Amino acid sequence: MALAGRHDAPEPPDFGILKRLARDQLVYLLEQQHDVDKLYKVETRPGPGASDQFCFLVRPRVRTMRFIADIVNADKMSGRSRKYKIIFSPQKFYACEMVLEEEGVFGDVTCDEWSFYLLPLDEDIISMELPEFFRDYFLEGDHRWINPIARALQLLNSLYGPFGKTYGIGRCAKMSYELWRDLEEENESEGQGRKPEIGHVFLTDRDMDYVTALCSQVVYEGIVDDTFRIKCGSVDFGPDVTSSDKSIKVLLNSQDKVFSQIRNEHFSSVFGLLSQKSRNLQAQYDRRRGMDIKQMKDFVSQELKGLKQEHRLLSLHIGACEFIMKKKTKQDFQETIKAEHSLLEGFDIRESTSFIEEHIDRQVSPIESLRLMCLLSITENGLIPKDYRSLKTQYLQSYGPEHLLTFHNLKRIGLLTEQSAGETLTAVESKVSKLVTDRAAGKITDAFNSLARKSNFRAISKKLGLIPRLDGEYDLKMPRDMAYVFGGAYMPLSCKIIEQVLERRGWQGLEEVVRLLNGNEFSASDSTVEDNPAWESQRVVLAVFLGGCTFSEIAALRFLGKERGCKFIFLTTAITNSARMMEAMIEAKA
Amino acid sequence: MDCYTANWNPLGEETFYRKLELYSMEWGLREDLRDCVVAAAPYGGPIALLRNSRRDKIPGARPLLEIYSSSGLLLASVPWKSGRLVHLGWTAGEDLLCIQEDGTVLVYNLFCEFKRHFSMGNEVLQNHVLEAQVFHTEFGTGVAILTGALRFSLATNIDDLKLRRLPEVPGLQKPPPCWAVLSQDRVTMVLLAVGQELFLLDNTSCSVVSPPGLSPSAGPFLHMAVSFTHRHLALFSDSGTVWMGTASLKEKFCEFNTGIRSPPKQMVWCTRPRSRQRAVVLAWERQLMVVGNSSECIRYKQLTIEVLLDRLVLRRLYPLAIRICEFLRLPEIQGVSRILAHWACYKVQQKDKSDEEVAQAINQKLGDTAGISYSDIATRAYDCGRAELAIKLLEYEPRSGEQVPLLLKMKRSKLALGKAIESGDTDLVYTVVLHLKNELNRGTFFMTLQNQPVALSLYRQFCRHQERETLKDLYNQDDNHQELGNLHVQGGYCEQRIEGRVAALQNALDEFYKAKNDFAAKATEEQIKLLRLQRHLQEELDKPYLDLSLHDTVATLILDGHHKRAEQLYRDFRIPDKRYWWLKINALATRGDWEEMEKFSKSKKSPIGYLPFVEVAVKHHNRYEAKKYAPRVPPEQRVKAFVLVGDLEQAAEAAIERKNEAEMSLVLARCSAGTDGAVAEKLNRARAQLLKK
Repeated sequence: MALAGRHDAPEPPDFGILKRLARDQLVYLLEQQHDVDKLYKVETRPGPGASDQFCFLVRPRVRTMRFIADIVNADKMSGRSRKYKIIFSPQKFYACEMVLEEEGVFGDVTCDEWSFYLLPLDEDIISMELPEFFRDYFLEGDHRWINPIARALQLLNSLYGPFGKTYGIGRCAKMSYELWRDLEEENESEGQGRKPEIGHVFLTDRDMDYVTALCSQVVYEGIVDDTFRIKCGSVDFGPDVTSSDKSIKVLLNSQDKVFSQIRNEHFSSVFGLLSQKSRNLQAQYDRRRGMDIKQMKDFVSQELKGLKQEHRLLSLHIGACEFIMKKKTKQDFQETIKAEHSLLEGFDIRESTSFIEEHIDRQVSPIESLRLMCLLSITENGLIPKDYRSLKTQYLQSYGPEHLLTFHNLKRIGLLTEQSAGETLTAVESKVSKLVTDRAAGKITDAFNSLARKSNFRAISKKLGLIPRLDGEYDLKMPRDMAYVFGGAYMPLSCKIIEQVLERRGWQGLEEVVRLLNGNEFSASDSTVEDNPAWESQRVVLAVFLGGCTFSEIAALRFLGKERGCKFIFLTTAITNSARMMEAMIEAKA
Repeated sequence: MDCYTANWNPLGEETFYRKLELYSMEWGLREDLRDCVVAAAPYGGPIALLRNSRRDKIPGARPLLEIYSSSGLLLASVPWKSGRLVHLGWTAGEDLLCIQEDGTVLVYNLFCEFKRHFSMGNEVLQNHVLEAQVFHTEFGTGVAILTGALRFSLATNIDDLKLRRLPEVPGLQKPPPCWAVLSQDRVTMVLLAVGQELFLLDNTSCSVVSPPGLSPSAGPFLHMAVSFTHRHLALFSDSGTVWMGTASLKEKFCEFNTGIRSPPKQMVWCTRPRSRQRAVVLAWERQLMVVGNSSECIRYKQLTIEVLLDRLVLRRLYPLAIRICEFLRLPEIQGVSRILAHWACYKVQQKDKSDEEVAQAINQKLGDTAGISYSDIATRAYDCGRAELAIKLLEYEPRSGEQVPLLLKMKRSKLALGKAIESGDTDLVYTVVLHLKNELNRGTFFMTLQNQPVALSLYRQFCRHQERETLKDLYNQDDNHQELGNLHVQGGYCEQRIEGRVAALQNALDEFYKAKNDFAAKATEEQIKLLRLQRHLQEELDKPYLDLSLHDTVATLILDGHHKRAEQLYRDFRIPDKRYWWLKINALATRGDWEEMEKFSKSKKSPIGYLPFVEVAVKHHNRYEAKKYAPRVPPEQRVKAFVLVGDLEQAAEAAIERKNEAEMSLVLARCSAGTDGAVAEKLNRARAQLLKK
């Protein structure tokens, strides 16, 4: 962001190599086994008659270990002998071995690691596909994923050269950064001397900004994720969308010509764009008239396939839009958005509270109700005691008493809390939270759970100007700032911080914001990288989201990149949205 | 120097050989080598000698174990005080293996310093070891023995000791005249000769094998030799014939009659790696014979520079080794620092110097040279019984994670836990936690965890999935009643029976009270009440009610027409009016009980207004019923209500009455040109009038 004004954004680094590396390693691991004849999902138990060896490709989770142990023990009971191999991705945890040992099968299995840390979902998005990170780290205080994150950074560093400048905010960001530096020191040399392809890195913890993740998404890609759930970069459009009797799986990325034009648009402009597109398409089809045989032949062999493909995608996206519209009108979507906006702006809090209460009373949706409660809490620095009790009571009556545990989780993580006397952080509190950052100061680390952080959203919002002042209508078709991703009502906090820090080339001048966010900011530059503004890489920014990032944030930063002539690329532990976050907090029965 | 070929002699027709004296042996042996047990290490390594062993019948005369360099320089000697020795052999790492009659194998280094011992199995204690062999495979150095019971046992790798007792050889009455260890396709086997027959023993079976192309007149086998690579085999039979071929017994190279019928004292292979030229050297009392086409044996090429350095280090020639590294410009990690580390490991064994002195001397010389592991050196110090020195050395170790294993070994577990947490490696933390769990009693273990929150939360995570009872104990320990309550609640949901669930919730209730969490206590109390009621309903109405929320319980009652009971719950649980009205009209509409709904709407003033009545009726496609409620909707919502029921005329009227432009537009948008022309016109007129003002 050294240079202001519009530029053509540089090309992002080629992520293809990540896939190739991962594939080669997996092939190598599997070749040590002999021929693989059948693939199963781990949850479905393979038939008893199946092959003489089982190879499990799994995440290092205790639950999965128990599942494997059960299979092995069942085989033992029935006198069946097999070879078992477990391939952990991205790495093996000692706790897993402990479980295997306690279940008495440690000697029966062999273990390997598939160090597949990074899955490129698109030309600018890499996901670690670790949805459990959010709960494990932020709720349980479990640090086990910090190592994989540091290793992921190490991998990027070795492939795309040293990072020029690194900024970050949040405890996990800081720990991951420090561990990564330690790893780099241990085996120097690898990434050195390479031409840097990534100029800036910004690491941020999800708990720096829960508000953005809790908002209803209204850019197309976000709304599709909220409605249909995008999994690993693809979505299943059901019969309602495909207007046939089967579901169709569609890859959603920049290769999709239709999708790439509408993904970052506000939903209200999408229909217009789609119909424009279908008119263009029709015109292209119509060119057939008046063609001679030779031209027709060329048309059929060269263009027709592409047009048909586009046609297919176009009708799918139109179908999706119709489905979304239908669903949204049914659930008083406008009302919900209105309530959300007042929460963000801090107006008519009473009215919004009643809206939420009615939402709960009518059993509209357990996840949605919970999301609105959290949004109310986090924007207001906690609920007033009366509302805190009554909303929770209403919720339990509507959706079942087991959510008592859900509320406990939400309180611990700081998403649904009770207002307490004393507005801002006391001096002691901020001092403690400073200490907590040091890895060595393990003694007080757990304190961060009970030290339920105040969100200070209102104050931060004022400081950073997150709510754009409205003079006239906000033209969503011609956005003027990142707020367009929330209908012009709110600029995503996480993105605004990134913008500010990149602009200021550091945290100077943001001291008050940092204090309100509870500190833990850092910035560092690699002395081996020359500060050469002529380099394209200076305009490539890697935004790292620890705990998940939403498509709205991605759209906002893509917009910012276009405005400033730089390219944002994203590394996230997983793609998230409000529903996924809420589900991670819900305590399942049993 | 005038004639290079002068000292070359012909061997056969095309090959020549020469004899050179490289050096003479320095040793002045008084007795005959035949009276000693002798072992020479591979690659020109040291020679071990046990003297007097054959004459051990003389009481009081202790045999002497001596180790010489390959040129016969005495390196060390020690009187042999242990049991009767059967065999000596060297490992690839130049350790001396002394195999005793009772099956004990003692391991010495090349300075005659005892390192450790292991046993070849209890069975041997009684039966004794008759013969033994030390062999080398890709797995390392192994030992094979023949016991007094005429059974073979072997260990393929003495550093990872796994004893295997091989199957019995049928009809074996006395020790076989010759046997050898073969290694093929990663399996180690024993080949033995019994008269004219050859047996191959593997893990499970004993099979008869025969060398291809062996002349029928060969007679019983007297000697056999396997090449260093285990690829070739030579057999000597009592007709004086030498058979040479592959060890797999699939191919024969040649056969040669030596003309000497007595067994040779020694028969060994001479080959060069990857060379097609192979030869066997046979030695009798006064005769040496080379069979094959060439006899050249050069081994140093297999001896890499690393191994050469290792050898120097083993001989404690540190300065020479460092000189060589510098000369060869080896990278520090491979060269100098590795040797310095070895030197340091030797240094810590010098007991005449104080811990402080040693630690300082080591740090001075090593500093922070790349690739030096202080924890390795500290481990060595600890192994020599110098715990204090070990701790001093560990302080120089910059990577905290590296310190952990030794600290654990030294039983400094709490220190280890701190270091593990510092390293940021959760696996290491788990390792230490598990160690602590086994080492400490439960109370102390928990106390230790309390002081280490990172470790505690990791352990809790583990318990949550694996040991819920432990989790309870953990929370009990620090009086965390809130979490205990949560655990009981969670446990309750695993209970299928209502009674079980009520009992669990009762426990939770107690804990919530102790935790002073009024809200949770009250919620739990209500839930217990609800569960009891649900059980009652289930019995009485014969319908599942368990697992339903309060809202759903009441809704189900209304759906089934039990209005009185629903009313009762509404009062008992103080369900807010708004919720009750929403719930009831929805349930009634689903049931299609419009009569009851109308009655209900008139029972008192609706706390949720009358628009929901309209909405719910429309949702169930009953416009007729919906219309009944539209007029009761307050003016500000009336337009919406009429639009919902499809009465545009009334909607228009209401909008005009309220002089609300937005509402007028809303109605207008619904008007279709064909049927609602009049309404549209009226609206347009009203709107124009409104705008004029």
